[in-house]
Amino acid sequence: MHDADHPDHHHDEQGAPHGAGHGHLHGPFQKDHDTAPAGAYEMLEEAIRSLLIEKGVLTAQEIAAQVDLMDSRSPALGAKVVARAWVDPAFKRRLLKDTRAALAELGIDIGTLAEFRTVENTPKLHNVIVCTLCSCYPKMLLGVPPAWYKSLAYRSRTVVDPRGVLAEFGVELAKDVEVRVHDSTADLRYIVLPMRPKGTRGWTEADLASLVTRDSMVGTAVVAPPVTPAASRRRKAG
Amino acid sequence: MSVPERKNLARRGGGGRAVHDVGGLDLGSIDRSEHDLALWEKRTDAMLVLLRDNKRRVLSVDAHRRMIESYGEQEYDRITYYEKWIRAIRNLLVEQEVVRREEIEARVAEVRAKHEKAGRKAAKETVPW
Amino acid sequence: MVRRRAPAAKPATDARFAPGERVRVAARPVLGHCRTPWYLKGKTGVVAAIHGRFRNPELLAYHKPGLPARVLYKVRFKQSDLWGRYHGPAGDHLEADIYEHWLEPPN
Repeated sequence: MHDADHPDHHHDEQGAPHGAGHGHLHGPFQKDHDTAPAGAYEMLEEAIRSLLIEKGVLTAQEIAAQVDLMDSRSPALGAKVVARAWVDPAFKRRLLKDTRAALAELGIDIGTLAEFRTVENTPKLHNVIVCTLCSCYPKMLLGVPPAWYKSLAYRSRTVVDPRGVLAEFGVELAKDVEVRVHDSTADLRYIVLPMRPKGTRGWTEADLASLVTRDSMVGTAVVAPPVTPAASRRRKAG
Repeated sequence: MSVPERKNLARRGGGGRAVHDVGGLDLGSIDRSEHDLALWEKRTDAMLVLLRDNKRRVLSVDAHRRMIESYGEQEYDRITYYEKWIRAIRNLLVEQEVVRREEIEARVAEVRAKHEKAGRKAAKETVPW
Repeated sequence: MVRRRAPAAKPATDARFAPGERVRVAARPVLGHCRTPWYLKGKTGVVAAIHGRFRNPELLAYHKPGLPARVLYKVRFKQSDLWGRYHGPAGDHLEADIYEHWLEPPN
């Protein structure tokens, strides 16, 4: 049988990485390949992959490259966009009006599969994103969605009890702040532009971006002010 | 065979709410733990992206969702996110006549035999069609 | 072979509804793949925005071209209109993206 794991540079069946400079980090809970039993779905994936490679539909290199692309994505790109919007009000206006075009200014091509929309948090409005029907998510800007976003619990409850869900995430909002839930039911992906926290005046874009969390761009967190005034002054000083 | 337990009457037969259409139900507390994806899960994601790209156009994200939505409630709730995905990819590949069902079943059996020969335990059950 | 999907949004001239207009979500039964959630069926909201024309996912799901492209709307609902048991303030809203053929004038 054709071994579909070569020349794929990822882990071989014994779990050891191939090649030098293999920079992939595994999360703490990734299964140990050589002691965990091979599950039915894992084996199905291997069977399908090998058949598709054999039939010339896909190549191992294409699959590996796509896995690498997926691994390379993280909330850092979304955070960069947020930081730019915080320092540049004209960019922010363009981002809210036409997110695709504004992202293109930063060299980000969102492709043809979906449109992106940015929704802005204000002192009177807090946005939160959900996909009740599946798990639509702005992966290009935020990376892979966390398991909770894809969970039945989040998908079912956020639309009917957003304040309860937000409280579980530690976010409490006053009654006079509108909570607006966006259910991504079609080909639009939503990203929240969180409010810029106090204590960041004069900060560089890079330092601002480092404050922006993934959850704040989904709407299940706000961006916290820097920890201490001293830390803020140190950052300002460069 | 006993009738599967219906956890929530609102989800099936109670007027037509489909299994995946869960907005407004109360399906538990939110587990916020996070962990890395297994390699097979990442490859599943990769294959979906490639199979729907302009070079191949074997399937669409809409067809993929439709296939997942066809699972029964017990299956839908029980199996994990990427387990849903790889099963749907398999079913669509057969539907689109890219692979035949017998080819998949035979290859899965070979994969299992390979793992067992290498001393790794392998699940005896197969993914239901 | 699945039809090629063009870039997602096309401009929506001849949209049936305008921003600010009240609309009701149709309460039809679903046949096959549908992106109108159960909890919005029969509910009335307001058009918040027009997203443009998109190929119909109900047809794309069955490997069909999904044409003619349908107008897609962002519709805003009061949470107190959606849920008999909504516990939050009257100012809370929900927005969803709904295709034109699932919208009708209210009453």
